Amino acid sequence: MLSILFLTLILSLFWLLLSWQFAPFVLGCGVVSIALTLYLAQRMRVVDAESLPLNLSARIVWYWLWLAKEVALSNWDVARHIWGKRIHINPRVIQVKTPMKTPFGLMLYANSITLTPGTVCIDIEDGQVTAHALTDSAAAGLESGEMGEKIRRLGL
Amino acid sequence: METFLVLASTLCISMGVFLGITGAIGIFRMPNFFARLHAASVTDSGCAFMLLFGLMLQSGFTLATIKLCFILLFFLISSPTAAHALAKTALSCGAQPTSSPREER
Repeated sequence: MLSILFLTLILSLFWLLLSWQFAPFVLGCGVVSIALTLYLAQRMRVVDAESLPLNLSARIVWYWLWLAKEVALSNWDVARHIWGKRIHINPRVIQVKTPMKTPFGLMLYANSITLTPGTVCIDIEDGQVTAHALTDSAAAGLESGEMGEKIRRLGL
Repeated sequence: METFLVLASTLCISMGVFLGITGAIGIFRMPNFFARLHAASVTDSGCAFMLLFGLMLQSGFTLATIKLCFILLFFLISSPTAAHALAKTALSCGAQPTSSPREER
């Protein structure tokens, strides 16, 4: 019930911020589409505790800042390889252990891996993530397990 | 302050354009599917973020910035999902994840 309320609140806020018009007709359209979305979400059974991420600690902001730095660094690394005279890459598939406990943590980990250029997450199974790495430095960065450790320390 | 903002946003947008071109060139230069996927992800992450950030600096504290934030948020979720779907499908269809030295140009 709480998650339904939360979803309604988020959807209303989303509609208002996108339209920012308060004519009765536009607001009515908003009410109808929010109701339809709620009905569909209910029918698909996607409304659960996971869609209500209130248990996230504020420390995740630091993780995002760190991730932004990593994305910038690996962008630079891959761009250097692209502009290089000869392409010195060593692409391969590697496997890394996943230390996190919750599905949300796994999702965050896989998304972070894929978001960083040079590494793409392919599969997660039995506490192991299978990823494709483009260069030696990208593979080493992933194998050091720093990213996973940071997510685990967030309690995810 | 005004000049500084214009300068910073110009710098961000130029950086984004540069990274976009880099990604496009990478797609042509890289030897196989997976390497090309990494090149494309430069456009997906760096280019898109820098462009959006530069535009946010231009629009300041307005409704447009909030909409740009929404775009950024959806990008953060959808672009890794697309890359993952491509990589997983390619691997299960038998694309070669490694490249032999002969292939490197």
